[in-house]
Amino acid sequence: MTAIAFPAPDAGILARRDAIVAGLAALLPAESLVESSDERRVFETDGLTAYRRQPLAVALPSTTEQAAAVMKYCHDNGVPVVARGAGTSLSGGAIPQEDAVVIGLGKMSRILSIDYANRVARVQAGVTNLAITGAVAADGFFYAPDPSSQLACTIGGNIGMNSGGAHCLKYGVTTNNVLGATVVLNDGTVVEIGGDHLDSEGYDLLGLMHGSEGQLGLITEATVRILRAAEGARPVLFGFDTSEEAGAATAAIIASGIIPVAIEFMDKPAIDICEAYAKAGYPLDVAALLIVEVEGSDEEMDAQLRKIVAIAKQHGVKVVKESQSAMEAALIWKGRKSAFGATGRIADYICMDGTIPTGQLPLVLRRMDEIVKRHGLRVANVFHAGDGNLHPLILYNCNDPVEQAKAEEAGNEILKLCVDVGGCLTGEHGVGIEKRDLMTHQFNKVDLDQQMRARAAFDPGWLLNPAKVFPLEGRVSG
Amino acid sequence: MSSPLIPSSAAEAAAIVIEARAKKTPLAIVGGGSRSAIGRPMQTAADLSSRALSGLTLYEPAEMVIGARAGTPLADVENALAEKGQRLSFEPMDHRPLLGSSGEPTIGAVAAGNVSGPRRLQAGAARDSLIGVKFINGRGEDIKSGGRVMKNVTGLDLVKLSAGAWGTLGFLHEVVFKVLPKPETEATLMLSGLDDSRAVAALSVALGSPFEPTGAAHLPRWIDRVAKTLIRLEGFSDSLRYRAGALRALLAEFGAIDLLDEHTSASLWRQVRDATFLAKPRAQAVWRVSVAPARGPEVVAAIREGRDVRCFYDWGGGLIWVATDAADDAGATAIRKAIARSGSGHATLVRGTPELRASIDVFQPLTPPLAALHRRLKASFDPDGVLNPGKMHAEF
Repeated sequence: MTAIAFPAPDAGILARRDAIVAGLAALLPAESLVESSDERRVFETDGLTAYRRQPLAVALPSTTEQAAAVMKYCHDNGVPVVARGAGTSLSGGAIPQEDAVVIGLGKMSRILSIDYANRVARVQAGVTNLAITGAVAADGFFYAPDPSSQLACTIGGNIGMNSGGAHCLKYGVTTNNVLGATVVLNDGTVVEIGGDHLDSEGYDLLGLMHGSEGQLGLITEATVRILRAAEGARPVLFGFDTSEEAGAATAAIIASGIIPVAIEFMDKPAIDICEAYAKAGYPLDVAALLIVEVEGSDEEMDAQLRKIVAIAKQHGVKVVKESQSAMEAALIWKGRKSAFGATGRIADYICMDGTIPTGQLPLVLRRMDEIVKRHGLRVANVFHAGDGNLHPLILYNCNDPVEQAKAEEAGNEILKLCVDVGGCLTGEHGVGIEKRDLMTHQFNKVDLDQQMRARAAFDPGWLLNPAKVFPLEGRVSG
Repeated sequence: MSSPLIPSSAAEAAAIVIEARAKKTPLAIVGGGSRSAIGRPMQTAADLSSRALSGLTLYEPAEMVIGARAGTPLADVENALAEKGQRLSFEPMDHRPLLGSSGEPTIGAVAAGNVSGPRRLQAGAARDSLIGVKFINGRGEDIKSGGRVMKNVTGLDLVKLSAGAWGTLGFLHEVVFKVLPKPETEATLMLSGLDDSRAVAALSVALGSPFEPTGAAHLPRWIDRVAKTLIRLEGFSDSLRYRAGALRALLAEFGAIDLLDEHTSASLWRQVRDATFLAKPRAQAVWRVSVAPARGPEVVAAIREGRDVRCFYDWGGGLIWVATDAADDAGATAIRKAIARSGSGHATLVRGTPELRASIDVFQPLTPPLAALHRRLKASFDPDGVLNPGKMHAEF
């Protein structure tokens, strides 16, 4: 599949490859430079596997100083740089280009300090999301954003994409949970932004770094907030005959003043796929399913769930499954959490990511179904109902190029639909290359030009992850 | 100075900025005027007022989102939310008591100043709730960023950049915030007689507990004879009773604990939010110091080595309000030296005479590479320095 264009590699850079590799070799220990074609192949794609490009070389620094030396070298020699965490991006944010050096943060995976008095942890950017929680869980703390890929994905990548997860409704996304960062600028200058205090000084550069997809600088360390975990968490499962009822119940729960930690929605195809795989005990005779999770002491959870169940009953709930034990709670989540894997068993799929005003859900589900049917495909929907983040899984056969093109086309139409009903192209996966060419649907020229001018304040030469986010045509540099 | 320019549409505002840019007549952005005395005095030709850009543009209680034109009085936004049992979770400070100013605070200024209150430590700052902005940049272009959904960022997050830029990057004309339900009730646990270090240690225990305090402040004894250490809880009344009991047990080693009722709690936290304890004497300079919470007391001790100051703590010790004698640099050097010695943090002069604000760094000075980035960012929004030039930093 080649629907998404990459810029033509710079022949001059390709011709200088040997010199560039030698230049990098002088800056890095031998084990930190990947240059053989076989080994470089590991880095040629990410979670968007339909696209791949083999990079010029891969640098794997183990210190900020090494990373800064590589950045400076690439800046001085006009070589593009693509930052990479674990390579789990679903939008192609970490896919290289032939004339670029990949800087992988895999060797910078240490937790540097944990400070319970100030409720922060200082970590290297290549640490995995789950490792942070793992390091503080024994003391009752956790790091809040929990993207599905949290076992593998890194905090650097989370910042680059402003990742979310199922529990953002209460705890926010990455940008709300990071207080400071060490950033290597395009020319190798190292700056500290923020710190372990709550609000950073000057312009909110930290906010700007979140979701910037490696285009403003390279993050090598971060100070993240860690929070004390609630005493307990418990989900309840609801089955509804229509998605309208599920949507109305969600709105009513929020209107009642309860903020659950998560409200997850699944449609009929997603229920069927997940139940066949996980045997979670999901009802198969309903059209929509909600998983609502609350936190607190047993008494607090009982009280909240009583209110939530009463609201669901006012909205025609057909099936109510309350978890009586930790095992039952885990089972309720098991179905939802296996959605991507379970779908992968029955077909190839594109996992889309867009956001809509939650009130538009029934309309969007109907229109999405029409779009996908028109392309002769199927779609299964999982949805963070509390915050409006949709994840339609478009099923197709990746060995059939025609079907693959149709799946991409259907995906693009769905994302445009998200924008048209008042939402946006992304939720938590970023723009990458996947949605780059749709940016003009959400933004007009002056909006995009302003973003690109702000970008140019950091990287006027467009060397940092240049193939991503902004359409290749009409770029501005200041 | 000529009379203020009062556009009644985004298009009119854009035309004003384009003309000002062409004539090289910089503009001072004003909302309700209650915060105009924050920042460096500026050399501008006219005021650009958001006064006529007023009214809600969007309110969907079920989606927990509200939008308003920038000049909308904050009170109108809060009243509309209260009718539906909701609120702005970041508890924006009212600067009028501290600054002795008048005027009606606007929602646009809350966004532009990233104006937050005690709940910031649990619910985030204004910048965390702000999900969409529309603004006129220094080229006179009408720019939008973010939108009306919670996961709002596609491309670069110019929303966050707008929050706390004090109008130096653009004239905000519309803002969208996410909101939260207003809890059923609140109460405050109060410890008495603790010194600063013990108080912050107690707050740290509470904030490291699963019982979700939404406020954590320490009022030293100069304020009301006996030092008071405050921990606010909010929620449903049965849950609140449970958490208050659990926290009492957890904090037993810090002495007797009083439980302040809803009414007393609310009025006390309003004073903490607005720093009213430092309202008088008006001649004193007032600083807002942000550090890691556990280091608050040592920073205060270091400041006190050189001068007599009055202060109190919010955000579990991480936000220190400091009132100093306005002579010389009003303590700027001593305060910033104390912060630097402790690690990271910053200090902003919130109250001072125009002469003082012109003579010292009102906002934390930036390191050279960060200052260079700020200059380039400012130029990327406002190449000719038309909007609030010099308000935050002298050189841009």
